[in-house]
Amino acid sequence: MAEMWVNMGPQHPFNHGLWNLRVLMDGETIRYAEPVLGYLHRGWEKSMENRTYPQIIPLSDRLCYGSSMSWSHLYCLTIEELMDIEVPERAEYIRVIMLELQRIISHLLWMMAFGTDMGNLTVMLYVVRERELFLDLMQSVTGARMTYNFPRIGGVRNDLPPDFERDCMRVLDHYQNKLDDIEKLCDGSKIFMMRTEDLGIVKPRDAVNMGLTGPNLRASNVDVDLRRDDPYSVYEEFDYEVCTHDACDTYARYRVRMDEMRESCDIVRQAFEKIPDGPVRAKAPRNAPKRSAVARVEDPRGEGMMYVVGDGTDKPYRLSVRSPVFVYVSAANHMLKGHKIADVPAIMGSIDMCLGEVDR
Amino acid sequence: MELYTFIEGIIVWLVGIVQYVLDVIGLHGLADWLGSDPVIMVLTYLGQALLIFIIGFLMCLTMIWQERKTLGRLMDRRGTRIGPLGYFQNFADGFKTFLKEIILPDKAWESGYNWAMIILIGSSVLLVGIIPLSSGFFLSSTPAGLLLLFAVFSLAPFAILIGGWASNNKYTLIGGMRSAGQLIAYEVPLLLSTVGVVLLAGSLAFGDIVAAQDTIWFAIPQIIGFIVFMIAMNAEVERIPFDLPEAEAELVEGWGTEYGGIRFGLIMFAEYLRGYAGAAIAAILFLGGWNGPFLPPEIWLIIKVFIIFFVFIWIRGSHFRVRTDQILNLGWKWLMPLAMINLVIAVVLKSLGWF
Repeated sequence: MAEMWVNMGPQHPFNHGLWNLRVLMDGETIRYAEPVLGYLHRGWEKSMENRTYPQIIPLSDRLCYGSSMSWSHLYCLTIEELMDIEVPERAEYIRVIMLELQRIISHLLWMMAFGTDMGNLTVMLYVVRERELFLDLMQSVTGARMTYNFPRIGGVRNDLPPDFERDCMRVLDHYQNKLDDIEKLCDGSKIFMMRTEDLGIVKPRDAVNMGLTGPNLRASNVDVDLRRDDPYSVYEEFDYEVCTHDACDTYARYRVRMDEMRESCDIVRQAFEKIPDGPVRAKAPRNAPKRSAVARVEDPRGEGMMYVVGDGTDKPYRLSVRSPVFVYVSAANHMLKGHKIADVPAIMGSIDMCLGEVDR
Repeated sequence: MELYTFIEGIIVWLVGIVQYVLDVIGLHGLADWLGSDPVIMVLTYLGQALLIFIIGFLMCLTMIWQERKTLGRLMDRRGTRIGPLGYFQNFADGFKTFLKEIILPDKAWESGYNWAMIILIGSSVLLVGIIPLSSGFFLSSTPAGLLLLFAVFSLAPFAILIGGWASNNKYTLIGGMRSAGQLIAYEVPLLLSTVGVVLLAGSLAFGDIVAAQDTIWFAIPQIIGFIVFMIAMNAEVERIPFDLPEAEAELVEGWGTEYGGIRFGLIMFAEYLRGYAGAAIAAILFLGGWNGPFLPPEIWLIIKVFIIFFVFIWIRGSHFRVRTDQILNLGWKWLMPLAMINLVIAVVLKSLGWF
């Protein structure tokens, strides 16, 4: 049978966001896959050069709709590095709590999309139901459900509301039980295992070479987590495990994310035990010094990095973003080659793409 | 009372009224012709067909409602809400498809595109005509009813293949090819699993098969066959986990991507008609058909249809979609040997003289 190109995208049920996967198929087998990006390019980096430093915070939320908190936090972290600002300790703890809640929300969003990719709507609805509780938590602190505009240069916008700790503990207890249910629904299904095991294998060496980061790298059995290896904020204070898996396949990526959600729950609990009293925001200067700064964090999707150059004014001279997904989407061909077209949603779904940060 | 005599009575009564009117007008020849036996027979068959179609249509609507409601509860949501218990949501959705523009894709092969629809819907409606609701309530009763039913059942994949090719779209083409591939996987175990029942009943006619289950349902001695049949039937009616020809995650809407508006509505209708036929045949072959105490036999069959369809919905709510090569593996490496074992069991039971 002759080979043919199939465009999966830019409008296709499997790509969550605007991108195109061109697939060269021989029958149903994939010979070559080529991701085409750029449908969502907004000129984000360039337009940031015309805005003052505080004005950029709500816009950095828009980098990723799935985990906006981690990107605005990364931006604030970079600017604090640039301006040399000491953040109050309570603010750091609040940030950690919010970041870990955000990580859970982001992974739940991924799980939801993964369920529909594999052809089961029940997973999607169960997951969305639990995600709603976390969105309510975020709303009680920040007032928004998706783009929070919560971190500030030198701290956070406001303190936690009075009963937040109690609500949060209730949600976490409830959620951990429900997570077991969702896991049973997936792991207990023979078909789920058939569809995920030995699929889209990325060996540790290839994973490092192709720039995989975050949960995808850990699923390839490379024990790297920036929260532990290059600690920012107060992550040194906590005791948690970095989840890895040695199968290197789609199931490993699923497994790592599920385990990570449990670890995130643990970190939030520990943070509430250790959180000190005090102010939540430090004074920040209006103008940045003439130098550059860089910061990197463990985004739910991988290693997010921002580079900023100050020129003595109140606007950045250059603000550059390293998006984890932009780097590892190029592994598509490596993962897809030789598999069936039916595996495309399973494999590409398992690497958790978010197009807002890819195209910027 | 048999359906034929019942409908014949109604037709004779109606024709009597018309004859009276014609006589008054003075058209005596036409009145005599209307009263002749062949005309009454044709009219009776037409009336019977209409009644069976209406029953199939209502069953189809009710099963869509059952699916949406049950699936909703399985997923911890409410399901449809319009009308009492959400029953009229299907009517609203059905009318909506009538209002859409009818589009023919550019460069599509027009006659193939349309005939695929006609074959699919025609064969699905024909299925309803073949299935008896009780020993008296049927449209056709051939001695080889089971063979006819499976022959009609396996027409749909050809329609899907033609439609997928004719739509001139890569997704539909892959969907159509998958349908043909899936046919190879499930059709053989499906037929083999029914052979045991046929052997035990000693007949291919539905009436005899149900009559043979007077003492014990065939699901009990033929439990392996029943399980194989349910899995293969799930693939036959193309429901999750075997809905590969329309796998919406990778193929948009599969072979039906280019069918919009009322065509889409009719595809859905045909799909549920096939679901009804599949559930009804499972009930007739393995669950004693219309046998049951107290209630009329037709009601018993419909209750069993809903129970079996509930199992289909349950499977849909809790499983993921399998892959093309996996269904072939499943069909040839698991279902086929199991069906063979089942056949051996049937032969042993028959030769021991228990049935």
